[in-house]
Amino acid sequence: MRHILSVTVNNQPAVLARISGLFSRRNFNILSLNVGETELPEYSRMTIVVEGNTDTLEQVKKQLYKLIDVIKITELNQSNMIERDMAIVKVNCGKNQRGQVIQVVDVFRGKVVDFSLDTITIEITGDENKINAFIEIMRDFGIKEVVRTGLVAMDREMNNNVLTN
Amino acid sequence: MPIHSGARIFVESLLREKVEVVFGYPGGKVIPLYDELYDAPIRHILVRHEQGAAHAADGYARSTGKVGVCIATSGPGATNLVTGLATAYMDSVPVVAFTGQAPTSLIGTDSFQEIDIRGITLPITKHNYMVTNVKDLAKTIKEAFYIARTGRPGPVLVDLPVDVLKSHADFIYPKNVNLPGYQPTYEGNYMQIKMAAEAINTSQRPVIFAGGGVINSNASEQLTNMAIRGRIPVVTSLMGLGSFPEDHELSLKMLGMHGTMYANYAISEADLIIGVGVRFDDRVTGKLETFAPHAKVIHIDIDPAEINKNVKVHIPIVGNVKNVLDKLIPLIKTVEREEWLEQIKEWKKQYPLNYEFDDNSIKPQYLIEKLDELCDENTVIVTEVGQNQMWAAQYIHFSKPRSFITSGGLGTMGYGLPASVGAQVGNPHKTVINISGDGSFQMNLQELATISSNKLPVKIIILNNGTLGMVRQWQKLFFDERYSATILDNPDFVKLGEAYGIKSLRIEQTNDVEIALKEALNYNGPVLMDVIIPQDENVFPMVPEGASIKEMMDLKKTKREKEKQGEVA
Repeated sequence: MRHILSVTVNNQPAVLARISGLFSRRNFNILSLNVGETELPEYSRMTIVVEGNTDTLEQVKKQLYKLIDVIKITELNQSNMIERDMAIVKVNCGKNQRGQVIQVVDVFRGKVVDFSLDTITIEITGDENKINAFIEIMRDFGIKEVVRTGLVAMDREMNNNVLTN
Repeated sequence: MPIHSGARIFVESLLREKVEVVFGYPGGKVIPLYDELYDAPIRHILVRHEQGAAHAADGYARSTGKVGVCIATSGPGATNLVTGLATAYMDSVPVVAFTGQAPTSLIGTDSFQEIDIRGITLPITKHNYMVTNVKDLAKTIKEAFYIARTGRPGPVLVDLPVDVLKSHADFIYPKNVNLPGYQPTYEGNYMQIKMAAEAINTSQRPVIFAGGGVINSNASEQLTNMAIRGRIPVVTSLMGLGSFPEDHELSLKMLGMHGTMYANYAISEADLIIGVGVRFDDRVTGKLETFAPHAKVIHIDIDPAEINKNVKVHIPIVGNVKNVLDKLIPLIKTVEREEWLEQIKEWKKQYPLNYEFDDNSIKPQYLIEKLDELCDENTVIVTEVGQNQMWAAQYIHFSKPRSFITSGGLGTMGYGLPASVGAQVGNPHKTVINISGDGSFQMNLQELATISSNKLPVKIIILNNGTLGMVRQWQKLFFDERYSATILDNPDFVKLGEAYGIKSLRIEQTNDVEIALKEALNYNGPVLMDVIIPQDENVFPMVPEGASIKEMMDLKKTKREKEKQGEVA
């Protein structure tokens, strides 16, 4: 099972090492980890995707809480969260294929960010599935390079339930 | 107006924390700090190796309940603390370690004696710091002591770059700490406590399983009250020895791999286990699937991460053991459980701890029994790791908390001698006895110099069998007696002790044991006793690793097996 944790931590040196070290030391399987400053500069927020059963998840959360630098842990509910992954994809693409590629990019609401004579580079954001699907299609053209951020996610605000997709 | 150097702030902060003694070893990066210590009203014990400083601080902390403090310089000084910090971490001992560090301007350049000690100690400290600005120093020290002693105690390391020690700032010692990410739960949930009481009152065959958390939270009195009030038998972990008086009829002594058979049987037949400040370590549970198969489990612990970590818990109570027991005790009824208590009495009668007495060679169990007879309540037993440790755990009747100091979780050989330095410094009026094996003793024997130069009257008993006894025992039982690398060619320990100016004697005869022990205990100063014991003496009972704790090998059984094999041959 995949679990998504949003973890608020002190924005201090060695915090990332503490967290990632905890995962490796306790043999927890980490799928992705993202970190960046929050609305308050003294805190960072991490989006951690963990794989494991509910017992593992319980231990992950409790062990994380033991770290002095961990302020708050929220387990995000798959059905009620906003999740985004971003990828930059460099694809082999001569003049003749440009139209085709750009068509796909439009469908996926991606953005072309660079051209060369025989490549095209696209920025794409969305949930993981969308990006996986986009990359699959691009494979036909020949992918030169992919870079992905991994997941960032946040709880949806419940009281003004406006969808923002 | 800057008024104090970092080194001065360090000393002032320690005084605010009421630190009376530090264990340390100087070096280039901490010279400014040592210069301040020179005039400070803080006793400094110069050890002979930084590992000794960490263990001494640990032994001081365990035996006094105060925070132990150790100091090392940067680089090798800092890395030498690592085993000691890991030992304290595994057994939840409050220690604060200070290490020197290269100046901030050189950090990251692999400068002389620079090491990333914060990175190295991340997994073996409760928390750690590097102070990069002298203005943060006092606040950091305050936090370090607070974190070390509160919640589930543990070691905290503070790394001090030498320029921080030399630069100046105002000394403002904060009154409070502000750590939003650190909020230990001290009060147990009352609904849970009520549920626990109900489970206890309705159980037929309950057993209390007490651990180091009882001692850490000074809850031995509560534990004893609860057991007596509820008429509930008590087993302890190695760390819990002393939390419940072992001469009491409800005591079943220690549980686990080398615990008593009656403790292991009681747990295996119990319908309720009340785990109090324990972490259900694998040395205790044996094969998890068969651990306490009939029992509901109540687990009281200050660390929520211990709940459900190893054993499935039915009623968890997160909180300080003492607070929880204070609330739980009034809800406990005195229930007649004659059948259960009779059964336990029967097990005790049928499967006592036993060994074969021998007139000709000194049985270690006999020596420890004698020692137990001769020592009063004012004794602190410190052990090394291995057979000596298990015999001490088995054959001494611990009646008071903080009277047994041993490395449980990490099983650190070389722990005992330096830890007894700390225990003796912290308890100048108690008799501190280091029960040691010849293997472990040699891992930190340089601390004989610390004992000698500080005139610490530690009594060192080396149970000398010329071998790494516990490893040899496993080799005998499970590796076809292939004694690979376990024979030690020892030096003359008596001469060695004498070289350090320590009264030293050797005993080889059973008849001499009592006289020699009396002589050592009455002597006003340190004594080293080299006790020659048979090489083939093993620790029984024993649960083979990975087996169920009900499947204990005891002396009788192994003898019977031997005879059987003889018959077959």
